Amino acid sequence: MTTTQPAAPGPEVTGRPATEPAAEPFLSVRDLRVRFGTEDGVVKAVDGLSFDVARGRTLGIVGESGSGKSVANQAILGLHNPKATDITGQILLEGEDLVTARERRMEQLRGNKIAIIFQDPLTSLSPYHTVGQQIAEPFRKHRGAGRREARERAVEMLAKVGIPHPARRVDDYPHQFSGGMRQRVMIAMALVCDPDLLIADEPTTALDVTVQAQILDLLLELQQEFGSAIIMITHDLGVVSRVSDDILVMYAGRAVERGTVHDVLSRPQHPYTWGLLGSMPRLGGDVGKELVSIPGAPPSLLDPPSGCPFAPRCTFRDEVPDNLSCADDRPALPDGRGAACHLTGERRTVLFTERIRPRLL
Amino acid sequence: MTTETAETQPAPAGTRTPLMTAEGLTKYFPVRGGFPIKRTVGAVHAVDGLDFTVHEGESFGLVGESGCGKSTTGRLLARLLEPSGGTLTYRDRDITHASRRELAPIRSEIQMIFQDPYSSLNPRQTVGTIIGGPMEINGIRPPGGRAARVRELLETVGLNPEHYNRFPHEFSGGQRQRIGVARALALEPRLIVADEPVSALDVSIQAQVVNLLRKVQEELGIAFLFIAHDLAVVRHFSQRIAVMYLGKIVEVGDREAIHQRPRHPYTHALLSAVPEVALEHPDGTPAEPPRERIRLQGDVPSPTDPPSGCRFRTRCWKAQDLCAEQEPPLVRIEGNAEGHLTACHFPEAGTTLAADRPEPVLPAPVEP
Amino acid sequence: MLRFLLRRSLGALAILLLISAVTFFLFYAIPRNPALLACGKGVCTQEQLAVVEHNLGIDKPIPQQYWEYMVGIFAGREFPAGSCPAPCLGFSFRDNRPVLDTILDRLPTTLSLAAGGVVVFLVLGLGFGMVAAWRRGTLTDRTVSSTSLVLSSAQIYFLGPLALALLVYNNQILSQPGYFPITEGPGAWFAGLLLPWLVLSTIFTAQYTRLSRAALIEQLQEDHVRTARAKGMGRRTVFFRYAWRGSLIPIVTVLGIDMGSLIGGAMITEQTFALPGLGRLAVDSVTQSNLPMLMGVMLFAALMIVVFNIIVDACYALIDPRVRLA
Repeated sequence: MTTTQPAAPGPEVTGRPATEPAAEPFLSVRDLRVRFGTEDGVVKAVDGLSFDVARGRTLGIVGESGSGKSVANQAILGLHNPKATDITGQILLEGEDLVTARERRMEQLRGNKIAIIFQDPLTSLSPYHTVGQQIAEPFRKHRGAGRREARERAVEMLAKVGIPHPARRVDDYPHQFSGGMRQRVMIAMALVCDPDLLIADEPTTALDVTVQAQILDLLLELQQEFGSAIIMITHDLGVVSRVSDDILVMYAGRAVERGTVHDVLSRPQHPYTWGLLGSMPRLGGDVGKELVSIPGAPPSLLDPPSGCPFAPRCTFRDEVPDNLSCADDRPALPDGRGAACHLTGERRTVLFTERIRPRLL
Repeated sequence: MTTETAETQPAPAGTRTPLMTAEGLTKYFPVRGGFPIKRTVGAVHAVDGLDFTVHEGESFGLVGESGCGKSTTGRLLARLLEPSGGTLTYRDRDITHASRRELAPIRSEIQMIFQDPYSSLNPRQTVGTIIGGPMEINGIRPPGGRAARVRELLETVGLNPEHYNRFPHEFSGGQRQRIGVARALALEPRLIVADEPVSALDVSIQAQVVNLLRKVQEELGIAFLFIAHDLAVVRHFSQRIAVMYLGKIVEVGDREAIHQRPRHPYTHALLSAVPEVALEHPDGTPAEPPRERIRLQGDVPSPTDPPSGCRFRTRCWKAQDLCAEQEPPLVRIEGNAEGHLTACHFPEAGTTLAADRPEPVLPAPVEP
Repeated sequence: MLRFLLRRSLGALAILLLISAVTFFLFYAIPRNPALLACGKGVCTQEQLAVVEHNLGIDKPIPQQYWEYMVGIFAGREFPAGSCPAPCLGFSFRDNRPVLDTILDRLPTTLSLAAGGVVVFLVLGLGFGMVAAWRRGTLTDRTVSSTSLVLSSAQIYFLGPLALALLVYNNQILSQPGYFPITEGPGAWFAGLLLPWLVLSTIFTAQYTRLSRAALIEQLQEDHVRTARAKGMGRRTVFFRYAWRGSLIPIVTVLGIDMGSLIGGAMITEQTFALPGLGRLAVDSVTQSNLPMLMGVMLFAALMIVVFNIIVDACYALIDPRVRLA
C-alpha cells in the first residue's frame, strides 16, 4: 500500500516481523470492474476495485463467497474468458497495463512473473502428468531450459517445499501424494520461475488445520527466500493475520476497508469488518456470549445496491450524517488506511470502542 | 481464562441422565481386492473402539481432522450405519444391531443435520413438505394441524412462515441450513447429530446458524452430537468435547479442560495450529497471552493400516518405544479434572500458553 | 497388467460360457425341427426322420447335447457326415463341413469391416470434435454440431443404398464395394471396403463428434486446465496436452458400450453391400435354420465383444494413471 502509516506501537499482532512498505507499488489495480454476462443478466463481480501491492509484501484480501476476491485476482492473470467477460480499469504491473495486454504477452507473464496457487490441489493439478513434468513445464517454457535442467530444477523445488525424497517423488503422479503434500507441489510449481508476485487463492481452505499451519509457515519461509510479493485471498481472518502485512476487506465486489493487519484487526473501522470479527468464534472467547452475527445475506451481484452495498445489513446506517444516504450515495474508500463508510471517523471510533470491542473480548 | 466458573465445572455424576452410550463402538469398512477372485483383504478402521456418553440435553462435540472417523461416528449414532463391534445404548436399550422395525420408534427421536445445505434438501419438494414430511411419515398430528406446526418451526429457525410453499433453490445457503434445522426439529427429537452443520457456510452466515443452534439446544433441551473440524466453533457450542484421531478418541473432557488444560500432544498441536486474530484491549495490550507454537510433521496415516500402539506416535514429538508397543488407555491421568480422560503415555502439561513452552515444537528439516 | 489380463480372461471365459448356454437352450427350444427341414416336408417317413435326427445329433436330451457341444470345443467330435476336429463349434450339415471352417473363411471380412470402421469413426469423430471444441461458438462449430446431429440418425440401410447409387453407380466416384483379401493386395482390399467403412462409420462419426466436443469443452473447464493456463502454457499446449487427454475417458467408456452396435452395424453393412462376412452368414443361417452355424456365429460375435472390452479397459490405464489394473 502506498500511504500506509508506520505500524502503531504496541505488541505485534501477527507472528510476522513488521516490514517497512516499499516506496513504489509493484502492482497497482485501478478502478477494476469485471462483469460477466449470464442468462439472468450482467453480474457485477468486481465493481470499482483499487489496491496496490508493494514488492516483497503480503496483501491479504478477505471476503466471503461472492465478494469478488477470486474474480479480481484471476483478472490479474487474465484467466477470464474474454468473450464472456467485460473487464475495465487498469491492472498495472510495473507500469504495464495487463487489462489491455495481448494474450501472448499474458502467456509470457503467467507462471513467470505472476504465479497462482489454487484452493484445491487435487483438482488443480493434472492427474495425467507427473509432478515433475508439471513443475518443469513452466521452467522450460519461460526459461528455455532443457529437459534435464528442468527436471533438476523440479527436484530442487520439491526439496525446497519440504517433500521428502524429492529425487524419487519427482516421477510420481499427484494422486500418490497426500493433500498437504499436493499443496506443496502446487507451491513448488508456482515458484519455479521465481515470480515477483504470487497469488494464493484460499491455499489452505481445503486442508486440515495442522496441515494448514505447515503450509502457511512454508509460504512465509519461501517469501523470505524468494522475496515475492504475495496476495493472500482468504475468507479466514485468522489466516490473514498470520501471514499478511496489509489487509483489504472486500464485500459485494468492492473494497470496504484497508490498512495494515494490526490497524484493521485491532481498530477496524467498517461495520462489515466488525461483523466479520464478531462472527468468528474464538478459542479464547467467552462461550457465554452469543456470536455477533451479521443479519441477512450478501446482495445479489445482478442488481447491487447503488449506494453502500453493505447498507441493507448494516446496524449503524441510521447514524450517518443527514446529508448522506447509505442507500443512494456510494461511499469512497480513501487511499491508504481507511474504510468506505459514511459514518464519521470519530463516530466509528466511538462505536467500535464502546459497542463492538466489549462484545468481542 | 484459568479461573473456573460454575458453568464449566463438570456436573457431578448422577445428576445427568445418559441418553446415548457407546462402548467399544467400532466400524470397519471392508477393502476388497486380491486375485483371482476379489475378496475382503483388509479394512478401513474408520471408528475403532470408542467409549463415550451423550447425556440428555447436553451438547457433545466431536473434533478431529479429515479421516479421523467423526462423521462415521455420527452416522453410527443415528444408526444410518450398523456398527461392526461394540454396543450402542440409547435410553437403556441396546440398539447396536436393532432392525429397521425395532429402530422405527427411535428414528424420530434421533435426527440429523447435514453439512451441505444444497444437496441435503430435495429440490422438488416445497419447504412445507420438507419440514412436514417427517411428521406425516411418523403419523404425528400436532394440535392445530401440521401446516401450522411447520409455520411455527419456520419462525423458530428465523424464516418467514409465508415461505411455506417455496422451493429450496429460492433460499440462500444459510437459509437452507435453517430449513434443515427446522426439519430436524419437526419430530421433537431428543438427540440431533449435526455433521459439520456450518462448515459450508460463509463466516457471517455461520455465526447466524451457530447462534440458532445454541438457542434451540438451550431452549428445547435437545442433546447434540456436534461434529466439526473447527475447534473454536465446537468450543463455542459444546459443553463436552472429544478429540478424535484415526478412529480413536485421544482426549475427552469438558470444554475448558480440552481448550485450556489439554494433556494429549495431539490436542495441543490442534489448538496451536488454529490461526487466530489477536485482539487488543483498549490500552493496546493483547487480549490474550500468546499461545504455544507446535507444528506437526506430515499428514494423518492411512486408516487402512494404522500405526501400532498409539496411533499418533508417528507424528508425535514425544513418542518413545513404549508408544509403538502399547496402546495408551483413555483414562483420567494424574492431574486431570473429573471427567477429563486422556489416552497418552507421556502427557503434556495442562497449558496452551507460549510462556509455558518457550521453545516451539517444529518438524525436523527434510533431508534432500 | 498381467494380473489384470488373467483376471479379465477368466471373467470373459465365464461370460462366454453363459452366453453359449443361453443361446444353445434358446435355439434348441424353438419349435422347429431341423431334421424335418433337412429331409423336406412330407417326404420323410418317421423312421427316416429318426435317422436324420440321429445323424444331426438332436435326438438326445438338450442338456446332453450341450455337454457334447462343450466337450467338442476341447476334444473335437465325429459326426456321421464327417469329422470335426477341436476346437469344434459344431458341424454344418448344409455344406458338410465344420462350422468353424466356414466362420474362419468369413471372419476376415467382418474383422476388416469392423476394425476399419472403428479407425474411420475415431479419426473423423475425434477430429471433428476437436475442431468444433477449438472453435467453440463459431460458424465452424455450429456447422459441425448441426451436421453431426443430422447424421446421428442416418441409418445404414438407408445410407448404404443411397451412397451406392450416388457415389458408385451414378457418378463412379468410388469403386464397387466388395471384399478382396488384404493378402492379395492392400489396394483392392482398401478400395473395396472404403464405401462400406464410410457408411458403417457415419452414425458413429456423428455421435463421436458430439461426444468428443462435449468432453473437450467439459475438460477445458477443469481446474487443472486452468492451472495449465495460469502457468503460461499456450492455448495449443493447454488444449492438446491437458484437455484432450481427459476427454478420452468418456469416449473410451462409450466405445466399450458401442462394440455390440458396431458388430451389429458391420453385419447390416455386409448385408447391404453383399459382402461375404459373418453378418451374411448369420442371416443365411437363420433363413436356412442352420442352427449349428448360427450358434457358432453368435459365440464368435460374443468373443469379439468381450475381447474388445478387455482392450478398452486396458486403455483406461493408459490414459489415466489413477486407474490401476489389478
